[in-house]
Amino acid sequence: MVARTALSETALRAENPSARGAALSISDVSHCFDLEGRSLPVLERIRLHLAAGEFVAILGPSGCGKSTLLRLVAGLDPPAIGRLAMNGQAIEGPDASRIIVFQDPTLYPWRTVWSNVALGLEARGLLRSHRERVDDALRLVGLDGFATAYPRQLSGGMSQRAALARALVNDPKLLILDEPLGQLDSLTRIAMQQELVSLWQRAGFTALLVTHDVEEAVYLASRVIVLSQRPARIIAEVANVRPYPRHRGDPHLVELRREIMGHLGLAEAW
Amino acid sequence: MTVAINSATKGVGPSMTALDGHQRSMRAPWIIGAPAAAWMGAALLTVLWPDHGGTDWDYTGSLAAAFAALGAVLACAVLVDHWFACLPRLHQVAPWMLALALLLGGWEAITAKLGLLPLPFFPPPQALLEVVIDDRTRLVEGVLASLRLLAAGYCLGAALGFAVGVAMGWSRAVGYWIQPILRLVGPLPATAWLPLAFFMFPSSYSASTFLIALATGFPVTVLTWSGVASVSKAYYDIARTLGGTQRFLILKVTLPAAMPHVFVGLFMGLGNSFAVLVVAEMLGVKSGLGWYLQWAQGWAAYANMYAALLIMALIFSGLITLLFRVRDRLLAWQKGLVRW
Repeated sequence: MVARTALSETALRAENPSARGAALSISDVSHCFDLEGRSLPVLERIRLHLAAGEFVAILGPSGCGKSTLLRLVAGLDPPAIGRLAMNGQAIEGPDASRIIVFQDPTLYPWRTVWSNVALGLEARGLLRSHRERVDDALRLVGLDGFATAYPRQLSGGMSQRAALARALVNDPKLLILDEPLGQLDSLTRIAMQQELVSLWQRAGFTALLVTHDVEEAVYLASRVIVLSQRPARIIAEVANVRPYPRHRGDPHLVELRREIMGHLGLAEAW
Repeated sequence: MTVAINSATKGVGPSMTALDGHQRSMRAPWIIGAPAAAWMGAALLTVLWPDHGGTDWDYTGSLAAAFAALGAVLACAVLVDHWFACLPRLHQVAPWMLALALLLGGWEAITAKLGLLPLPFFPPPQALLEVVIDDRTRLVEGVLASLRLLAAGYCLGAALGFAVGVAMGWSRAVGYWIQPILRLVGPLPATAWLPLAFFMFPSSYSASTFLIALATGFPVTVLTWSGVASVSKAYYDIARTLGGTQRFLILKVTLPAAMPHVFVGLFMGLGNSFAVLVVAEMLGVKSGLGWYLQWAQGWAAYANMYAALLIMALIFSGLITLLFRVRDRLLAWQKGLVRW
């Protein structure tokens, strides 16, 4: 898969060759939900900066507000307090340069895999002139044989690949990953983690990953952010400077993993 | 992965039935032979057995010829099937062909031949044939008039219902104002409006169009609305992050996602529209199959009524089949639903 994507990678970025990842800044963002008139705080003064091309993972206990943070970054919801900006420009709504990949692939069941991947280009009126990018994106995730299949015919891993292709076809500057591998079996998951790293290295986007898998965070990210229980605050930031490609058995990564478990209050479980 | 997709795309259904039909045809030529013989038997019964009590039906010979022709076609099919083995569909309908031959033969025997049932209430099959042939102009006119009225009312009702349903699902304000009206007026059968409608509209034709549209529109509106309302929010999130405009969201997300619901509404509306069509034609419009039924009753022409009912059944059933075909084509992504 790696070998045959060398060509498509250039095609995917042909629109703007200088486009690499975007910088993201989250400045003192707090957010709350309205639950039957009561205000439920979910995020508390989150301050985080991502350099262009960085791969940052966010870890935290389930239900702490990680996904909410990603929705704010994607521009799907506005923050209650604080400011989010990409490359210095305030985030005021969804934009095709920031694509979010959800835990559930959420492919449209009435469209073929090809049309699902083509969705972003179609929405922006670029499909007619950039049809080959859809084929490239499908090849990139190894689904080129399944262009005419319907989502219900795909396995879980294939669906998630299709969702990834649907994001990558837009050549995002920031890829927002909301536990994208959470529902996959462990073998598919490991294979997809490797692919994610190589995609990120080749396409050069900035990646913001939410996960609850410490090993995944340590294996993928160059920096790991640990959040507290709801309302989520940043309680630790762990830099991970090991070069890519990484190996799961690397003692340095194992050590990092132990440290992060400690931040999550699970030191004795390790 | 490859295995999963293969079994899903190719499917095992069609190839299995083709194989079945092939094997059966090799084994048993009587599957088609029996109905062929039965139709021949019905033809002989019709032509050789003299009619009861001196009544002389004009079309006895034609009926026998029609039976015999069908029998001959089936007999040829037996040969074709035996030598070339390629008629699996015929194998599937063969039992019904046999049952129909027995039914028509039996009907012929107890009416025309034995005179067991009182006339004119229970005419023999040749009487229906006589009506279809001799009164064909009036029947064709009736069919065309009914179809025209039905098409106008149904299309109008379906289009309006769809538009209102989408608007209700999309806009909270529209939903707020339309929903109570729909709740109050919707359950009224459209036929209850009949006296008022004939009074208020300039012609009985326009009144009937309105009533059919009303009968169609209610279920289409309600189901389109519920379809639009039940579209997963995640679908919209996806389209929004990919740069979709409001227009794109409606056309490319809402409508296709709501389509399965819309079709349920269209089916219910079609059933309703048949009922209103027939009643409207009986009570006001001076044309169409409903009017023909009423007119035939005035003359105590029972054979005409049976013929009209039969034609009506064929047309309505055909229309429902047509709608199923359209749905299957549009919703090919959705498999394993109710089959017609």
